[in-house]
Amino acid sequence: MTAADVVASICLVAGCFLCLTAGLGLVRFPDVLNRMHAATKPQVLGVLLVMTGAVIRLTGQPIVWMLVLVAIFQLITAPVSAHMVSRIAYRRRHVRRDLLLVDELGTTGDTLPARPHPVHPEGDPDADEPADGPEARPAR
Amino acid sequence: MTVVAIVCFALLGAGAVLILARLAIGPSLLDRVVSTDALLVTIACGIAVYCAVYRDISLEPVLLVVALLAFVGSVSVARYIGGMLVAAEGGADAEPVVPDGPGTAGSGTAGSGGTS
Repeated sequence: MTAADVVASICLVAGCFLCLTAGLGLVRFPDVLNRMHAATKPQVLGVLLVMTGAVIRLTGQPIVWMLVLVAIFQLITAPVSAHMVSRIAYRRRHVRRDLLLVDELGTTGDTLPARPHPVHPEGDPDADEPADGPEARPAR
Repeated sequence: MTVVAIVCFALLGAGAVLILARLAIGPSLLDRVVSTDALLVTIACGIAVYCAVYRDISLEPVLLVVALLAFVGSVSVARYIGGMLVAAEGGADAEPVVPDGPGTAGSGTAGSGGTS
């Protein structure tokens, strides 16, 4: 093994370890936002480390630029999908509000958090009213 | 390099098993979206480790396809759930969507909540 192989091996093992941490976090964390926090680690840093190792290892072969393209594409698309999933999770009340320290989308002060729907602020309460806990069924 | 391959695939396999556990027991649809995303990233890492260890470039287009599929899948499911949410806000003819229970798979319980 040359020195480049050693560096590539370290990058590959570190990226794979981040995938393992994503699995552990997905199993152990309590709600959707925490699980997204765990699952985003291999999406950015893990993919970057693995692609770095693969590029070091495959230098000189024809289509190595495709690995760089995959890394750039992950960097661009991971924030977009995370933004959409977390926004829908907040609006569907899949967020454990008792675990939040700062709720910037809710109201300020100690009143009940406002319904995050500016179109129908007083709208029908049954349509979007599952419980705060992710495991709870709606009380209907 | 064989030792590196064994260690990498063991780590990826353990992570994939844990992600599949969350995919099976995840209480809501969004948990399944997040875990599917993580599972596709794990698959992409596995393909890249295979390419790197064996110096085989025949699977690199598959890597690009998997990376595209992860983004398109998670965004489309998120927009689908958002569309259901808007429909549930909209009028009396729209069905409210209940979150999935632990025993149900996917969004098949959309009709069981009744109409509002």
